[in-house]
Amino acid sequence: MTIASNSPPIRRRGDGLLAAVFIAPAMLGFLVFLLWPTLRGIYLSFTRFNLLTPAEWVGLDNYVRMVNDPIFWDSLTVTVEYVVLNIGVQTVAALAIAVLLQRLTQSAMLRGVVLTPYLMSNVVAGLVWLWILDTQLGIGNEIISALGVDRIPFLADETWAIPTIALINVWRHVGYTALLLFAGLQAIPNDVYEAAKVDGASEWRMFWRVTMPLLRPVLAVVLIMTVIGSFQVFDTVAVTTAGGPANATNVLQFYIYGSAFGRFQFGYASAMSVALLVVLSAITVLQYRLTRAGQSDLG
Amino acid sequence: MRLRTLTAWAGALTLSLVTGCAQGDGTGASSNTVTYWLWDANQLPAYQACAKGFEKENPGLKVKITQLGWSDYWTKLTAGFIAGTQPDVFTDHIQKFGQFADLQVLEPLDDLDIEESDYQPGLAANWIGQDGHRYGSPKDWDTVALFYNQKMVKDAGLTADELNDLSWNPEDGGTFEKAIAHLTVDNKGRRGDEPGFDKNNVKVYGLASNGGGYADGQTQWSPFAGSAGWSYTDKARWGTKYQYDDETFQSVIKWYFGLAEKGYMVPLSDYNVQSNQANTQIAAGKAAITFDGAWMISTYTGFKGMDIASAVTPAGPTGKRATMMNGLADSITKASKNKAGARKWVAYLASDKCQTVVGEYGVVFPATPAGTEAAVAAYEKKGIDVSAFTEPVADTDNFRTFSYPITNYAADVTALMQPAMEDIYGNGAPVSGLDETNAQINLILDQ
Repeated sequence: MTIASNSPPIRRRGDGLLAAVFIAPAMLGFLVFLLWPTLRGIYLSFTRFNLLTPAEWVGLDNYVRMVNDPIFWDSLTVTVEYVVLNIGVQTVAALAIAVLLQRLTQSAMLRGVVLTPYLMSNVVAGLVWLWILDTQLGIGNEIISALGVDRIPFLADETWAIPTIALINVWRHVGYTALLLFAGLQAIPNDVYEAAKVDGASEWRMFWRVTMPLLRPVLAVVLIMTVIGSFQVFDTVAVTTAGGPANATNVLQFYIYGSAFGRFQFGYASAMSVALLVVLSAITVLQYRLTRAGQSDLG
Repeated sequence: MRLRTLTAWAGALTLSLVTGCAQGDGTGASSNTVTYWLWDANQLPAYQACAKGFEKENPGLKVKITQLGWSDYWTKLTAGFIAGTQPDVFTDHIQKFGQFADLQVLEPLDDLDIEESDYQPGLAANWIGQDGHRYGSPKDWDTVALFYNQKMVKDAGLTADELNDLSWNPEDGGTFEKAIAHLTVDNKGRRGDEPGFDKNNVKVYGLASNGGGYADGQTQWSPFAGSAGWSYTDKARWGTKYQYDDETFQSVIKWYFGLAEKGYMVPLSDYNVQSNQANTQIAAGKAAITFDGAWMISTYTGFKGMDIASAVTPAGPTGKRATMMNGLADSITKASKNKAGARKWVAYLASDKCQTVVGEYGVVFPATPAGTEAAVAAYEKKGIDVSAFTEPVADTDNFRTFSYPITNYAADVTALMQPAMEDIYGNGAPVSGLDETNAQINLILDQ
């Protein structure tokens, strides 16, 4: 013990320096690109700032304005509507695909194909769907019209626009989400299924009694990640509807972007960003607690 | 030793990352280069020719032109102002002028001695800020007219003369509404003014759509509001009150968007700013006529296998025809690294010498009368009659031209008016709702 406590200090100091060197790049990135912008964003939310002239302290003005801004509340509602549709459909579809991949096929090719939409950038995916779904000229609506049904203004009608954007993003992300869940399924030992089979359980029963409980921690983490991502929807909206028609798709991120880079109200935009940060943090903590994401029923 | 080397490497890397960010300068500005931005790809060759003439006259100076699409252009320019990578000179738009003046990112151009009389009326005066300083030199101008599909018009039994003699009013729409109703054809071949016309299954609309028109309605409702005698603001320039709560204006808007309700105009649900603007609707044969700006002449006349001609805007309740007359300008950025060179280039851009060269390309109407003449001749050579666009400027007895609204907080006005107009157009919201929007706008202007 005495020997051990005598010599390590030198080595520990050496290790410390080396460790610092290895940590430095990541730490630098964290400080410069994450911590500093966050702190500065919080500071700016208490100012009137147009980026080109110095920020002017206005106290809680931006927050008061936010609470009284009907467009802010409207865009928050639109965003929540989007998230519920997007995450709801995406999670169910991804789970179905993951289970099918796990139980029915060993083909690596098929598993790869599921991922292909994810390889496309959001903007490209948005543009492609915009053209397919265009009311007058889109091939999708040509087909609908040829079937004798009225054309559907998918991205140009109040009621259709948000569900359409939600489903475009489901299309793009479902493969990736399925793959994450699939990895979780791979971790479930096969003997559990064998035991269930010996007991005469059906596939349906095995899904509910074996797969779901054992997949829960992974599912919870995937949900937390996708919900955060979903709340940050921006590019698909920017490309397909630009917030229209009549603010029907004015999601929070788009409103924040417009306020900042369109109207140069960086103070107000920062206040709304802080609000989004608070909402997301609360939702994440809640999700983590409710789904017991930190614990596993396995083993 | 190895550790020290590693630390040194990491330190050097960090340092280079930090300084690298600061040194980045995409503009390539230097004392002998003037960087210049524009957004219209059609005009790029014309200004390249102009730059050649400039470089010949000013040995040692070089002009580097960058063209960016309309929306990227403003995003990149804004980012440039913040990061210090802005061009020396850029093509400026009235819609953005107020904001840039507020942000104090433009260089005063008073010493260029721009004479208003050297340019088409009204163009030079628009670029004087509220502080009395000039921030732009007149570059070009445009008006709005009707583009129409000649075959569709002929099939409907209408003539070019009739289209040039239309009139309208907010009560029954006049001969204009009759014409677009007649040009509208439903799936079963019935015209809009025939019994049994099915407005929910229209094959060809009489009038194409460029959307709700934001706060200006330049190629949407402004020819009507203008010929009804309405003006955007209480003063021609730097007004302090918008007038969207005006009764006349609201009656125009109600009638105009009502055309979509009647099935004569493309509905908002068929319009998309990215994929389906008016020119696309005309090209696809989904609409017969449309209002659009002079900057679109080459686009419309270039449609393959389709003959498009233009006609003047319809006469309104005031007895006059109306169109917005908008003009672009060249502005110098305050943070320009080569202001001396930039001044020379802007002076050259504003001169007859450059504007005539640009005019000869027949893609835009330059701001000087000589430049305009060269452009008209060039269009004529291509077999394109542009009189519907030039007449409003020449014939002030029968035409009213008005400017794009110039006020502070233009971006806020647009942000509030866009959804309000779309709500009327797409969701059938009452026009009286504009009272509240107008009150909000004027509150912002009062700050």
